Amino acid sequence: MAAVQVRGEVLSIRRAGAYHQLTMVAPGIAEQVRAGHFVALAVGGDHSSMLLRRAFSVYRTQDRGVYGGTVEIVFAEHGKGTHWLSRLRPHDVVDIAGPLGRPFALPKESVTCTLVGGGYGSAPLFALAEQLRQRGCRVDFVLGAATEERLFGVLEAKRMSSSVAITTEDGTLGDIGRVTDVLPAIFERTGAEVVYACGPMGMLQAVAELAQHFGAHSQCAVEEAMACGIGVCMTCVLPVVGDDGVTRMLRSCVDGPVFKGERVRWSDVGTIPDDTHGAPVVVPPASGSVGPVGSDNGSVGARS
Amino acid sequence: MTRLTRVIAPGSDDEPLPDVDMQATLGALTLPNPMMTASGCAGYGRELDQFFDITSIGAVVTKSIMMSPRSGRATPRMAETASGMLNSIGLQGPGIESFMSRDLAWLESRGARVVVSIAGGTVEEYARLAQKLRVSAAVSAIEVNISCPNVEDRGLVFACDPGASSTVVDAVRRNTSPGVPVFAKLSPDVTDIVNIAEACVDAGADGLSMINTLLGLVIDTDAMRPHLAGVTGGLSGPAVRPVAVRAVWQVHQALPEVPILGMGGIRDGHDALEFILAGASAVQVGTTLFNDPMAPPRILGHLQRLLADRGFSRLSDAVGHAHQPVPAPVYSVIDVDIANEPESAGAEG
Repeated sequence: MAAVQVRGEVLSIRRAGAYHQLTMVAPGIAEQVRAGHFVALAVGGDHSSMLLRRAFSVYRTQDRGVYGGTVEIVFAEHGKGTHWLSRLRPHDVVDIAGPLGRPFALPKESVTCTLVGGGYGSAPLFALAEQLRQRGCRVDFVLGAATEERLFGVLEAKRMSSSVAITTEDGTLGDIGRVTDVLPAIFERTGAEVVYACGPMGMLQAVAELAQHFGAHSQCAVEEAMACGIGVCMTCVLPVVGDDGVTRMLRSCVDGPVFKGERVRWSDVGTIPDDTHGAPVVVPPASGSVGPVGSDNGSVGARS
Repeated sequence: MTRLTRVIAPGSDDEPLPDVDMQATLGALTLPNPMMTASGCAGYGRELDQFFDITSIGAVVTKSIMMSPRSGRATPRMAETASGMLNSIGLQGPGIESFMSRDLAWLESRGARVVVSIAGGTVEEYARLAQKLRVSAAVSAIEVNISCPNVEDRGLVFACDPGASSTVVDAVRRNTSPGVPVFAKLSPDVTDIVNIAEACVDAGADGLSMINTLLGLVIDTDAMRPHLAGVTGGLSGPAVRPVAVRAVWQVHQALPEVPILGMGGIRDGHDALEFILAGASAVQVGTTLFNDPMAPPRILGHLQRLLADRGFSRLSDAVGHAHQPVPAPVYSVIDVDIANEPESAGAEG
């Protein structure tokens, strides 16, 4: 797979509850996308003062059609960049880079899977569910959000799974509470062996911990702030334990966004844990050393 | 070359490029064209090679490399600002050994021209980095990053002090093969950049790279705290371009014979041309890569057209052109006619 940058065209944009659903013609990208991949959109037009790309999980794709391959994303308007995106209309031009990142890993055998989506984090889970079902996997959905209009894809989930559990924090739909309140009962009922999750960091941490408790594998797609989405800016890093047991600051754009839940040091996200590969060594300041020459860079990067 | 045809932003089209000699001369180093990636914005070239042929540009400038692996700073590491961004990466990298065996080896096998950016906490570290790189034939030049703002102690930014700058440059120059030029990358956050530039050149720098980022700070008004985990960060992007062009202008004026690599917010051919006219012999594209990973060939093509439009047959003829005195205005009979125009126009109406 090679990422490409294309000048895409908006095919349609519509509301979906509190969110926007944007379909773009993106030849060269659509054909390559697998569930869990994301795309990075430039916002504001060619002379935009907003330089950083906005990254979105791919909701679904169509390989070919009358217009060529299409890519669909779901987003919430919460800043200037997403506001600009929300004002796009059919035939408008969007600069799209993709497919980016590592997609969800699929099981080799037909296993029981639970798919957990927080808010519009559920977007990449439907294409995943389809692939899992093709492999004979049982699929159960858990969708959670603050309120009903912030759920995404409830009907679609019902169409393609054995069961759907819904939670909202205000009780407007489903159970009052969070996805992790209903997850233990689902583990017990279905005996899920793999959990796929996408949503806010706090939810991912709780899901990963529950999965570990029930002896299930977890595949978590993280949402980290990114500037480029292609692996060159080094801003979207988080501490992840490798096969060798060593913690490294990995880029969620190229090493993720999907990580094994048990490998991410969730409680340390936003810090550089002391035992990280290349973590700053705390050197007591040498007395009398002034200025750059000869003094050591005893910087303390880790922050709590 | 099919991917180069998918050029998307203004300043380029599919027409063949006009005939301009784009060769860039940087002291002993000659590059086929003046376009480079800026350090810290292009990784080690591999990711961008998906978007354009990295062997087609003058050189890839690597992310600054240090002796040991380094985790960098905590997140959040960046904040978007008007026409720019603040970053606080903190020189995350694999260390020189891993860099040379994996990343530099890949760049060499790919056939890219490579400028290796090095950074150290001490003069000794810079010297050892230069020694390590001496064995590699893949290094076209060394860029000495003495100006990274993302260190905990501002007193450690070598480029803020002429003496410290000079010591580092001297150490690197003495440990580098004579045929490999050494460029010192300067900080704009100084009172007199010419003073620092002169110190670097006196210490043996073959050229100067200008500018590194400006120290900045963004406050998150919801959290009511600094947005970056590292509190301060380096400001880059088109927002800093006039500062960078000013720095290039001042240093070229004081040291006209010294090659300058110009960078700071270059987004299209006009921006690149500003730097060339101010005195840069080559340019680097940094933050723009985050917005448009295909930018380098696009900007290069645009620059070539703009040079042709202005009657330049060689890039080198345009270097520093803006310093030439403006020719005295010539008044003609036509001017006199225009001056009289209101009267006659009024008579007609």
